[in-house]
Amino acid sequence: MSQNKNSSQTNIQLDFISEDKLAQMTPMEKIRMVLDEVRSGKIIVLERGLTPDEEAKLIEMTMTEIIPDEFSGIEIESYPTKQNTSFFRKILGKNTTQTRLTVIGQANQLTTIKKDRDMITAIVTK
Amino acid sequence: MVINLFSWIKRLFKKKKKAKIGIYGPPNAGKTTLANRIVRDWSGDAMGPVSHIPHETRRARRRGDVIIEANGTTVTLDIIDTPGLATKIDFHGFMACGLEEDEAKRRAKEATEGVIEAVKWLDDLDGVILVMDSTEDPFTQVNVTVIGNMEARNLPLVIAANKIDLQKASPARIRGAFPQHPTIPISALDGVNTDQLYKEIAERFG
Repeated sequence: MSQNKNSSQTNIQLDFISEDKLAQMTPMEKIRMVLDEVRSGKIIVLERGLTPDEEAKLIEMTMTEIIPDEFSGIEIESYPTKQNTSFFRKILGKNTTQTRLTVIGQANQLTTIKKDRDMITAIVTK
Repeated sequence: MVINLFSWIKRLFKKKKKAKIGIYGPPNAGKTTLANRIVRDWSGDAMGPVSHIPHETRRARRRGDVIIEANGTTVTLDIIDTPGLATKIDFHGFMACGLEEDEAKRRAKEATEGVIEAVKWLDDLDGVILVMDSTEDPFTQVNVTVIGNMEARNLPLVIAANKIDLQKASPARIRGAFPQHPTIPISALDGVNTDQLYKEIAERFG
């Protein structure tokens, strides 16, 4: 677990990952990076989140890595996506999904207290 | 209101065919209870057992040729009752429900496989009935992910705000959370308001 001992305190590392960095990665690279970082004990904050398809694949990959008493899965919290619903895109039947900020951590580290359309309240424990 | 003209024209000229509809939601939202209700109402049978212990359904079940008639429309559906979607599965949770450790671990393993199966089905559906527990916070990641996937694919979605027979139920909270999709308050257990759900199914998936 990525916890830095500092006198009597135990800290947990938070990584804030920019939209630009995510844009350079393939979906599989993003998912692998998220799972590796989270499994090492970090809390990941993605500026622009994952696409719905990537979220589904992340859930799928997480399930393959669950080990009893070692890794029970992830807590992932993102705001509902927004649809780019311009008139012409509607006419053409094409939707563009706007992904939003996403927080991911190990299920036993990150607990969501409350979530609504525009606010996520969570606590991080050791 | 802006109309999706292209989809509307396509629907107008497209020959009606059978639609594959997935019943999705988090564990214990009442997916199998609803699947049983629909199949019993329209074909006189049942889909699978239900339980208060989460992840009772760990394999997707498919029932073909369920014909629903409502609002003057007839639709033929293949209904897929999917295992509950989750981002975490801890066998200790099953032990808290009274299972022995070995049984709890086996159930957890099967539940993870069930989640994978449910995710894979998302690629092969024509629409989704998303079952939410009206007594719970609707902004769960499972709900957000399923809705996001349907919107990205431009596929129809009906939200069944289940368990309105319980005192704490607040289907209005679900409607407020996802106003862009039709939300029908129901009790799958008691069959309350299922006629309204069938009308919505016929309209959206027909």
